[in-house]
Amino acid sequence: MIQSDVKLDTLGYFCPMPIIMTSKKIKELLAGQVLEVISDDEGIKKDMPAWCQTTGHEMVGMEEDANGAKRVYKAFVKKSSG
Amino acid sequence: MTTTQLEPAAALSGLRASKPERVTIVVLSGDMDRVMAAFIIATGAAAMGMPVTMFFTFWGLNALRQPGAATSAKDWMRRMFGKLNRGGAGSLPLSRFNFGGLGAWMMKKVMAQNKMPGIPELIETAQDLGVRMIACTTTMGLLGVTKDTLVGGIDQLAGVSTYLNEARQGSVNLFI
Repeated sequence: MIQSDVKLDTLGYFCPMPIIMTSKKIKELLAGQVLEVISDDEGIKKDMPAWCQTTGHEMVGMEEDANGAKRVYKAFVKKSSG
Repeated sequence: MTTTQLEPAAALSGLRASKPERVTIVVLSGDMDRVMAAFIIATGAAAMGMPVTMFFTFWGLNALRQPGAATSAKDWMRRMFGKLNRGGAGSLPLSRFNFGGLGAWMMKKVMAQNKMPGIPELIETAQDLGVRMIACTTTMGLLGVTKDTLVGGIDQLAGVSTYLNEARQGSVNLFI
């Protein structure tokens, strides 16, 4: 279980909204704090690491919660100091 | 409920290391689906910290026109164009299965049900994220579109040199 400082609920939103919401939310964090982005869009599995690579924030980890056919993804992003 | 740890490094392995680079998009089409794709790429790129410039020309200008705004062109031919060529981000037709607007209406309904932003919301988000929007002066003249009938927040009215000057610094240049 990865610990986060701030949670961002993007459930029900499709691309590009989770990424846009993340880019706005991360501004509220201090460097080193971890943002947990909760999404049910499968694209987040690839999109969040790609977003981190381009923006320089650290992709700490990702979790997939399976509840029957329903999938919920939790992406943990650590804000960079840059 | 089971929780699986995913390995983000696996998703990264296929990507080249890159720093934020410039994106330019020429929007020629006024079709709802194409304009939507343009704005999804633009807002996505802006959210990744990449500077984005969108250049609107021909039918793409319709996305930036105020809904129902009349043309203020003087001559009758351009006035006709302004009348026939309906503008407004909320009333763009689908490129396929438009059925006189019914298809577009249904698409917007489904999008709203799925929390997907429509084009007016995408434009707002793009402006919020600092996407630069340029309206092409040549096609504005041809189609009888005047500055006062465009929505607010258009950064520039300009031409091909301005676009090329941006595009030559761009690593992603798209034509939609």
